[in-house]
Amino acid sequence: MALDRSIVGRESPAETLLVTRSRLRAFARATGQADPRYTDVDAAKQAGHRDLPVPPTFLFSIELEAPDPFRELADLGVDLRTVLHGEQEFSYHRMAYAGDELTARSRFTDVYEKKGGALQFLVRETAVTDQDGAPVATLRRTTVIRPLPGAGR
Amino acid sequence: MTEPAPGTELPSLAIEPISRTTLALFAGASGDHNPIHIDLDVARSAGLDDVFAHGLLSMAYLGRLLTDAFPQQQLRSWKVRFTAITPVHAQPTCTGRIIAVDESGDERLATIDLRVTLADGTETLTGQAVVALD
Repeated sequence: MALDRSIVGRESPAETLLVTRSRLRAFARATGQADPRYTDVDAAKQAGHRDLPVPPTFLFSIELEAPDPFRELADLGVDLRTVLHGEQEFSYHRMAYAGDELTARSRFTDVYEKKGGALQFLVRETAVTDQDGAPVATLRRTTVIRPLPGAGR
Repeated sequence: MTEPAPGTELPSLAIEPISRTTLALFAGASGDHNPIHIDLDVARSAGLDDVFAHGLLSMAYLGRLLTDAFPQQQLRSWKVRFTAITPVHAQPTCTGRIIAVDESGDERLATIDLRVTLADGTETLTGQAVVALD
C-alpha cells in the first residue's frame, strides 16, 4: 500500500523526557559503555561536564516516550514488522546532561519509493530543545518499509 | 591517537557477540520496544528465522568509537546508513578513518568515515562524522 503523501509536513505531538542519571546508566549498561564519564558523576565532572552527559544517540529516545510510539505508523497502515531503519543523522547544537528536560518536536518531511513501490521510505525530522528552549540537536531519520518476507507468494 | 590527519585510523572497537539479554536491555533503555527485536514469536510471524538487533544499538556502538577518540562536545554531526540487519549473536566491529581535515571559521573539522562490520564480513552500517579537532 502506498503511503499517503499528504502526511509530508504533518507535525507529531511534542514529547518530553526528563533525563535521569538512572536512565543514562541503564543506557550505558545496554550499550556496553564502560567509560566512567557516562556513569560516574565525579568522572563526568572531572571531564568538564556538569552532570552525566546524554550520549550521542540517546536523543533518539525522547520521542519514544510517547504513550504508543508506533501508533503513527499503524495509523498510516504500516505493519511494524515491515519497518527497518534506513538512515539516521544527528546534528548537535549543545550538550545535554542528566537533569535536563528535553523536548522532541517531529514532522514528516518526505515520502518516496524505490523498486517500483516495493520499498517505501518515510523521512522524519526532529528538533530537540532543552528546558530553556535552547536547541540541543536536529535528528533526521529515514524509515524503510519493505514487504514481509514471503508476502505475495 | 597521534595528531589527526587524513588517513588516521581511530582505534577500532570490537563488540562481544550481541546476546538476547543485550537486546532486551537496549529495548528498555532506549525505549524502542519494537517486538521484532526481542520476541521470537513476532520475528517468526514476519517470516524471519530469529530476532535481529536494533539499528540504533549499532549506532550507539559507533558513538562509543567516537567518544573514545574525541570529547563528545566536539562531535558536530554524523549520519549513517543501515546497509544490512544485525542478527542476534552477531559480532560487530566499529572502525573509523579520518578522510579530510578542513578549516571552518576558527575550527578545524575532521571528516571521519565510519563503518560497522560483522565477523563474517557483512557491512551493516556506513557513515560519516564531522568532529571539531580544537
